[in-house]
Amino acid sequence: MLSLKGLSKRFGGVVAVDRVTLEVRAGEVHGLIGPNGAGKTTLIHQVSGSLPADTGEILFEDRDITRLAAHQRVRGGLARSYQVTSLFRRFSVLDNLALAVQARSGSSFSFWRPVAAERALFDEARDIAARINLKRVDVPAASLSHGEQRALEVGLALATRPKLLLLDEPMAGMGPEESKRMIDLVRRVRETVTLLLVEHDMDAVFRLADRISVMVNGRLIATGAPEAIRRNDEVRKAYLGDELAA
Amino acid sequence: MRILLVALVAAAFPWVMHALGQDFYTSFATRVLIYAMAAASLNLVLGYGGMVSFGHAAFFGAGAYIVAILAAEGITSLWIAWPVAVAGAALAALVIGAISLRTRGVYFIMITLAFAQMMYYVFISLKAYGGDDGLSLPGRSSTGLGVSLSNDFVWYYLVLALLALVLFLLHRLLHARFGRVIEAIRENETRATAIGYPVYRYQLLCFVISGAVAGLAGALIANQTSYAGPTLLHWVQSGTLMIMVILGGVGRFWGGPIGAAVLLVLEEVFSASPLLGPYALHWQLPVGLILLAVVLFAPQGLAGALAKRSQ
Amino acid sequence: MSGILFLEQTLNSLQFGLMLFLLAAGLTLVFGIMDMINLAHGSLYMIGAYLMATLAEATGSFWVALPLALVATALVGAALEVSLLRRLYERDHLTQVLATFAVILIANEVVRMIWGNQSLMLNPPAGLTGPVTLPGGMQYASYRLLIIGVGAAVAVCLYLLVTRTRMGMLVRAGASNREMAVAMGVNIRRLFTIVFALGAALCALAGAMLGPILAVQVGMGENILILAFVVIVIGGIGSIRGAFVGALLVGLVDTMGRALLPIAFAKLFSPPVASNLGPSVSSILIYVLMAAVLFLRPQGLFPARG
Ligand SMILES: Nc1ncnc2c1ncn2[C@@H]1O[C@H](COP(=O)(O)OP(=O)(O)OP(=O)(O)O)[C@@H](O)[C@H]1O
Ligand SMILES: [Mg+2]
Repeated sequence: MLSLKGLSKRFGGVVAVDRVTLEVRAGEVHGLIGPNGAGKTTLIHQVSGSLPADTGEILFEDRDITRLAAHQRVRGGLARSYQVTSLFRRFSVLDNLALAVQARSGSSFSFWRPVAAERALFDEARDIAARINLKRVDVPAASLSHGEQRALEVGLALATRPKLLLLDEPMAGMGPEESKRMIDLVRRVRETVTLLLVEHDMDAVFRLADRISVMVNGRLIATGAPEAIRRNDEVRKAYLGDELAA
Repeated sequence: MRILLVALVAAAFPWVMHALGQDFYTSFATRVLIYAMAAASLNLVLGYGGMVSFGHAAFFGAGAYIVAILAAEGITSLWIAWPVAVAGAALAALVIGAISLRTRGVYFIMITLAFAQMMYYVFISLKAYGGDDGLSLPGRSSTGLGVSLSNDFVWYYLVLALLALVLFLLHRLLHARFGRVIEAIRENETRATAIGYPVYRYQLLCFVISGAVAGLAGALIANQTSYAGPTLLHWVQSGTLMIMVILGGVGRFWGGPIGAAVLLVLEEVFSASPLLGPYALHWQLPVGLILLAVVLFAPQGLAGALAKRSQ
Repeated sequence: MSGILFLEQTLNSLQFGLMLFLLAAGLTLVFGIMDMINLAHGSLYMIGAYLMATLAEATGSFWVALPLALVATALVGAALEVSLLRRLYERDHLTQVLATFAVILIANEVVRMIWGNQSLMLNPPAGLTGPVTLPGGMQYASYRLLIIGVGAAVAVCLYLLVTRTRMGMLVRAGASNREMAVAMGVNIRRLFTIVFALGAALCALAGAMLGPILAVQVGMGENILILAFVVIVIGGIGSIRGAFVGALLVGLVDTMGRALLPIAFAKLFSPPVASNLGPSVSSILIYVLMAAVLFLRPQGLFPARG
């Protein structure tokens, strides 16, 4: 479904993403793990189109999207969430979701008809709010708890009806209770959407992912089933080395 | 309710002033209405779109100059001159916006300023059209309908009607899909892109619409004073429009009109008041102090303060 | 065109560029470190020129008045920073633009109240009123040579200050990463005030040096302020080196454009077209330059921040 071929990104002297070749299969949950600064977020930026690729190609459903603008990739069915929560903070939860629905359904170069009259937008927004377990939909997004904001973060991406969803640390900063809810949410989402899941919570990744790729210093050092990754020497070295250094 | 009241006052204003023998104030009010339109157009990009354009005078001035230049070339028909002024301002906004919107933050502020300065210098170097001195119009545009706009009553009502129309259209636009997207981009541009909006195109269109409305206001101001001069294009003019917007309320629907009214009234009071005696010459001082106070202590502007009180 | 004219215009470019640099240096530091748009920078230039003219009149000597005017303007700048601008650092750019715009209005009126509407005269220092003959036989105003000398000396001093001293290091650290500067335990508030006072003194120097050439009048700061903004935007906001290169570039393009374009147009077009086109194109040349630079490099030539 998604295949990256020799993708690279350099920031001055730092090679954040170093010739990454990776295949995400339709229907799977593909975990992407790696220590801090490994380049995971940068990779997500490149796939979603917010950073250009220095070299390499990105194929999505066999189409070359390397040069496609970010918003066009979304229209093609490739959505993402952010590691650092990024919402329309002063808009209500419902308005947040309705905006995302609106982006997908019909043209927004419309100047006359009030949005408020568009039932369908808000009905669908309510559906999504229910799917991500948000009860209070009329309050500003900024007033939600951290866990709820993270859920809305995923909800915004879902509202675009993606085929492939890039989740950048959905559990970042969550307590155990909130994490559990997020895991449930991801489980439900995976029924219909292919996922590339970046996460530091190893427990969660190993439980959710069908396959896992490991990134260290911009390089992909291993890809495989969770069991194989757990046993992989190089991966253990990278992580153990990390722990020893810490 | 409140809007009916405003409409009523606006409609009755010239009659009341006439009855009081103060016809001067009708002309002053017309000026306020025109600036209200210009400020509302700036509020669209600045307040709703979050694009801090420091060169709005370019479009305002362009509208005025186009009407004046057409008149100098013998074209005084409203039906030609005004649409051309609007289209010309929109075209200028398209070109300026297309380049400026590639930049962000301070760079955007400065590049819009630079473009307005360009316009300013281009027009003062056009010796054939008045150069430094500006250009006088033989009179107001002709309607071809047997109604003369040189009658200040007629003129007032025409400007009032146009302002009402513009505000109505802006209101529709802001509550329609387009307006929601524009505000969403202001709130979080990154996220707007990530849910699939081509941000640049929306911003550019918003910029062009705003420029077109400013162009119409410019066409009106040239008619109002029968004159188009370089001060209309000067960066201080851009600053003045920004002051109006912030006095009234950035991103508040009535912010532009309220700010325009307040600033012009302040100017009038401070520059003409016999109370101030010789200090009336220094009217910019109190205006500066008031602006400073509003910016520091009431950043929501007057419309914001009003909204808070009525809650 | 003749070599003499070309040389003369080159010197004029240099003189204009260096004076722009004095203004732009303070502006870009304030901009870079505090992320603050200060439109009132031009007012400090105006105030500096007025103070200089008054002090020169009172003391009867250009050279005695100059340091006094610099110190006085630096104090005005520091007072402005402490009383008002400091409140604006955390606010958005729109607020900064408007608040400092208000300062312009206020400063203009206060200057008018004190000095009146008439523009003031400022004479060049004794002995520098006439032309000198340069090697090669060219005549050039000696005072303009002095401006070039002073401008170049200040540019070198500033460069050393920013690259070689502890304060300069802090300034650079602040421009590229404010949190880091704070983390290093810098007394940021005092640093800001000092930088601001320094910027004000540079404004006064520019105002004092240009005073004898241009008129000392209300509003003199506004147009040159915009040029200074053009300079720092071209150079990359926060970068002293960018301000220097930008200033020389703007000085060159503007001066040469005004001198050469009319000549070129006269050759290319019919006289009426050329006489209209020449001034209009040359007066917008620097803005075209700026738009072109931003089009190609939206962060300016030497971006200070990543
Ligand atoms: N805009 C940027 N400019 C310069 N360097 C950057 C930029 N973004 C990321 N980097 C660098 O690239 C490397 C990879 O960063 P990235 O954020 O992709 O890591 P990550 O794997 O997502 O880390 P984390 O687990 O902490 O989120 C880091 O060394 C980082 O400092
Ligand atoms: Mg990351």
